[in-house]
Amino acid sequence: MSRPVGIVGTGQTDHKSHRPDVNGREMIREAVTRALEDAELSIKDIDAIVIGNMDHFESINYVDTWSVEGSGGVMKPIMKITTGGTTGATVALAAYYHVASGLFDRVLAIGWEKNSESDTTAAIITCSDPIWDRFSYSGAIPSLATEATAYMKQYGATQEDAALIAVRDRNNALNNPHAHLQRPITVDDVMNSPMLAYPIKLLDVCPRTDGACAVVFAADGVAQKLTKQPAWVKAGSVRHTFTWFGDSTDYDRGLVSLQRASAEAYKHAGITKPAEEIDVAELYLPYTYAGLKWIEDLGFCGKGEGAKFVREGNTDMNGKIPVNPSGGVISTNCIGATALLRVAEAAIQVMGKGGDRQVDGAKTALATGFGGCFWSDVVILGAQKP
Amino acid sequence: MSTERNYDEQLTVKFTYPMPYRWSVGEHGSVFFNEIKKNRRFVGVRCPSCGMVYVPPRRVCGPCFRELDEIVPLTDEGTIVAFSTVNYPFLDPATGVQRPIPYTYGYIRLDGADNIFSHIINETDVSKIQVGMKVKAVFREPEQMQGNIQDIKHFDIIG
Ligand SMILES: [Zn+2]
Repeated sequence: MSRPVGIVGTGQTDHKSHRPDVNGREMIREAVTRALEDAELSIKDIDAIVIGNMDHFESINYVDTWSVEGSGGVMKPIMKITTGGTTGATVALAAYYHVASGLFDRVLAIGWEKNSESDTTAAIITCSDPIWDRFSYSGAIPSLATEATAYMKQYGATQEDAALIAVRDRNNALNNPHAHLQRPITVDDVMNSPMLAYPIKLLDVCPRTDGACAVVFAADGVAQKLTKQPAWVKAGSVRHTFTWFGDSTDYDRGLVSLQRASAEAYKHAGITKPAEEIDVAELYLPYTYAGLKWIEDLGFCGKGEGAKFVREGNTDMNGKIPVNPSGGVISTNCIGATALLRVAEAAIQVMGKGGDRQVDGAKTALATGFGGCFWSDVVILGAQKP
Repeated sequence: MSTERNYDEQLTVKFTYPMPYRWSVGEHGSVFFNEIKKNRRFVGVRCPSCGMVYVPPRRVCGPCFRELDEIVPLTDEGTIVAFSTVNYPFLDPATGVQRPIPYTYGYIRLDGADNIFSHIINETDVSKIQVGMKVKAVFREPEQMQGNIQDIKHFDIIG
């Protein structure tokens, strides 16, 4: 059987829209160095590395090889994993599997992206089927916008409801020194920002960021020696839907991949009432409407109740289940690192290292990843060894 | 390859060349484009295990993981399930140049199909588009058809 695994250190760059001062591998090294410092380890202590970013973004196809100077992977077991938007969470889960298997004691997970080095939308379009979907598909924003139009029709949610999510996340980002966008905003700012793809406006959606994140996973027996409070992996779950956009967008059923992944993860972690039993959530919310709809799929509230749940303050820093103390994806989006940042930030909360963004007494934290054709990863971390 | 040669700034190297690819449409996919050319209608494929009718037709039902061969004729009409009108400029990797905007990206449930077909809706005024509206396909003239997704020009809203 698998053995318990804990996160013992995290590192991330200070995220920006453009880092012409470094190439990708130099930027990766910044995050790795910070993670090793946090775990009080040297690269010699790392037994294996899992790294990931978005395919086609920087046009570097063998990232595992190309990045070794930055990742520290010279003459170590290293592999690249890429699953679109979920890449960071999948990299984390693969590192967890490495350690849980008993084959490796200390494994480094790395996610990174230099969004400034490509046309993000053009690169994302290459994830869609070239014969059927690529002609009409136009990247992440309109695809998410279609989900929003269906949700608004189904439950009567408004553009103002969605704006609350941007206001919450962008204001939380002021407490996170690493966050990319650090300017407070209001509902009016969101409503008055340019319409990119109805009903998504500029401030409803994540930015393009250059950045990297690294997380150290360690085995039971090793983790406790490295830190007083590891963030133990309580559960991890992955659900992918389909290749074709039209197969995975039966919106009336909700985000089915997230429903299934979270249900499985809750079961493994022994959680029956997520909003009560989870202390903090770092959710991959690439656009505002997700902050209303996907918390329903996660079971924080009932169907159609997302807007009310958020408006009542339940997801605020002092609410029932604070969401995105880091500022979330709407404040920072170095895509291949984005879902790993959710895991890292959840670990930071459990380890009590959150500084101004710390949720007091956080013992159980939820992290999610979202990608491509509406698929989902879920990770649950806890202070108690499982 | 070129470099923006301002040595006072941090240099960046630029690559701007096209890379050609060639993708197989497959048997059922080829039938789909042939039907459009000959009969100006869509066809789907039915899974004998779960009963799902998929359009475009493909060889395998993902959830059942079994081979499909029952081609099902459909019409040229459907219903809008979701949509978005795209206003921002972006590079189209299919053409190498900016895609014309605004345009409306639509998820359409074709009559008789169970999954959703994505294409373009011929309306960019969002006040005139509603989830639930009926749409009808507009095809290219047969002599202009090339056996690809652009043989369907767009969908018109019909009510
Ligand atoms: Zn089937």
